[in-house]
Amino acid sequence: MLLRNVVLGIFVLFSVLGCSSQKTETKPAISVWHWMTDRDAAFQELAKKYETLTGIKVNFELYAPSDAYSQKIRAAAQGVNLPDIFGILGEKRDFASFIKAGHILDITAYMDADNQNWRNKFFSKALAVNEFTEGNSYGIQPGIFAVPIDIMTIQMVYNKKLLKQLGLNPNRPPKTLQEFLDIGAKIKAAGMQGLVSGWGEVWMIDCLANNYAFNIMGKDKVLATIKGEVAYTDPDWIKVLSIFKQMQNSGVLAQGLVTMINKSAEQLFANEKAVFSFNGSWCVNVYKGMNPDLEYGAMLPPEASSQYPMAIWGGAGSSFMVNARSKNSEEAVKFLIWLTDQDQQAYLSQTTNNLPANKNSLTKIPEILAQFARGMDYATHPNVWGVSEFSLVIEALDRGIQSIIIGEKTPEQVAAEVQKIKEREMSKRRAR
Amino acid sequence: MKIKSALENYTFILPAVTIFSIFYIIPFIWVFQLGLYDWDGISFTKVFVGLQNFKEIFFQDSNWWQSMWNASYITLIALTFQNILAFMLALACDREIKMKNFYRVIFFIPPVLSEVVVGMAWRFIINDIDGANIINRTLIGMGFGNFAHNWLSDPNTALTTVAIVHCWKGFGWGFLIFLAGLQTIPRELYEAARVDGASAWQSFKKITIPLMIPVMVLVAILTVLGTMQVFVLIVSLVGGEFAGHTSVPVLRILASMRGSSRFGYACAQGITFGIVLIAISFIQYRFSKKGQ
Repeated sequence: MLLRNVVLGIFVLFSVLGCSSQKTETKPAISVWHWMTDRDAAFQELAKKYETLTGIKVNFELYAPSDAYSQKIRAAAQGVNLPDIFGILGEKRDFASFIKAGHILDITAYMDADNQNWRNKFFSKALAVNEFTEGNSYGIQPGIFAVPIDIMTIQMVYNKKLLKQLGLNPNRPPKTLQEFLDIGAKIKAAGMQGLVSGWGEVWMIDCLANNYAFNIMGKDKVLATIKGEVAYTDPDWIKVLSIFKQMQNSGVLAQGLVTMINKSAEQLFANEKAVFSFNGSWCVNVYKGMNPDLEYGAMLPPEASSQYPMAIWGGAGSSFMVNARSKNSEEAVKFLIWLTDQDQQAYLSQTTNNLPANKNSLTKIPEILAQFARGMDYATHPNVWGVSEFSLVIEALDRGIQSIIIGEKTPEQVAAEVQKIKEREMSKRRAR
Repeated sequence: MKIKSALENYTFILPAVTIFSIFYIIPFIWVFQLGLYDWDGISFTKVFVGLQNFKEIFFQDSNWWQSMWNASYITLIALTFQNILAFMLALACDREIKMKNFYRVIFFIPPVLSEVVVGMAWRFIINDIDGANIINRTLIGMGFGNFAHNWLSDPNTALTTVAIVHCWKGFGWGFLIFLAGLQTIPRELYEAARVDGASAWQSFKKITIPLMIPVMVLVAILTVLGTMQVFVLIVSLVGGEFAGHTSVPVLRILASMRGSSRFGYACAQGITFGIVLIAISFIQYRFSKKGQ
């Protein structure tokens, strides 16, 4: 009897407690997916700080390498289970596809609130990469769709010690293409390696080719080529392609450059085996890890023409997007506003040696980073051109340049092949 | 009674059929279906293009066929050099030699290593500026300095170098299967042959080879399937397709899927590739049946 009463009492107690309303209100947790191995520790630290300040937990989940991350994001988009905040690795057309599929929140209103308070914190070129302007060729309504976390420029770097060994002024790197080519003979004679870069992974070839295209024919003609109004067989494009042949013939390119992966290129430059490297501003952190005593400087690719200014690729290095379907989208935007504030940006920059996207955080950065930052004046990026080239055309151009470097094809042959593919793709587009 | 027995039999194979259908048949059909669309892999809308993607693969995509040719070249080297080496080593280890267990372990180390690790290690061994340049140094040391060059960035040697590294990595599988096959051959057959006055070569020709044919077919099929799909090793050795000289089908599929955002086209390439592999395996199987 006693036992029965005890059991009954426990049942009643649990029933009453179970029916009572829950008074504790749980704050949402924000999930962030990223691929930035070098920044993960700093992100985790900032997430802790944000939780202390607001009580909102931010879970940074790292998925590396970037290829695996890229696939994960696409799979999540197909399954409509993207996290609250994420980044996209790819071209502007991929970005546009995510927006069209309703995965990305338009954050223009947040950027423009309080007299454009948030917008004004960023370098305009960093924001431009994440912006779709009026009449863009992707059919996206105008607006800003991502928040730049850092900026980058892709330039050349030179080893001061090796330049000195070659009998050159270590504080005056080559300014013109001819000066650069002339160093080739000295490099060969000294048994050194010239320019190293990740040209086995091709996209960096495309980057340098575009730099020279802007320098030789100007932005308008480059964009006209993308639109199909100028052919790749145009003499100016032949000049661009010929630069790679000239570089190879002069001996200024390192051996095996066409199959070099960027990690190898970084090791060679950091170990002082190569005089020049073509790399992005992220290399500052990489070189620091590999050889803290490395003496080097950043420079624009040497000009091939004085008619138009040299342009380099630059803008937002990495950006975060807010999931438009997330129930935490408001909280996610608030977190990104905090993350891109001056103090957090300075912390990220100091701990990871990346250039901050917030222009007010640039005050205390090392000289080499400042040199990369100054390159922003010359920066452009395919993502801000408003038009994009067919990926098969880009691929043919990159493969063609590899063929020029190994002496398999002439610039004229490559130009003709690229133009053929361009025409085929344009006729396919017209047929659709 | 017969119906009951048949139902029982079907019940027994039902789990296997279900698993096979869910993980193989349905995805294959689904990928084929996606191959009929123009789709970027992200949007919710797909444009039906019928067999247009397949038509493009067969009649316009020269890069695809170059990649098929490259993969076939690597496969040919693997089928010959790699499998002959594996068979010879298996024969050696099947005999009563000293430390045979040690050799078995050593030969099986390369297959269990990651392709990325193997690629990076060989890149270090081969390359002359960012590596130890061991091969060129050896050649120079032996007086063959004329042959020393950059093996991975010369279009004439890049693919063969990749193929040889692939063989080094893969021969252990063949070795293990051949060894297992050799050990199933009854020793009495060799003893009887010896009593009848057969030489070692005759025993090998009349006993070992005929009894090993099913194993050889199995190894050949596995080699074709494994080698045609090689790509990680290539990426870690030469960074990618190297102006098409080291391009292989899986790299082309990845380029379509990620580089060009042509998910539908990549699916069509995947289906085409799958059908080619199935056809090759079927032909090998038929030949082996005829041989037996």
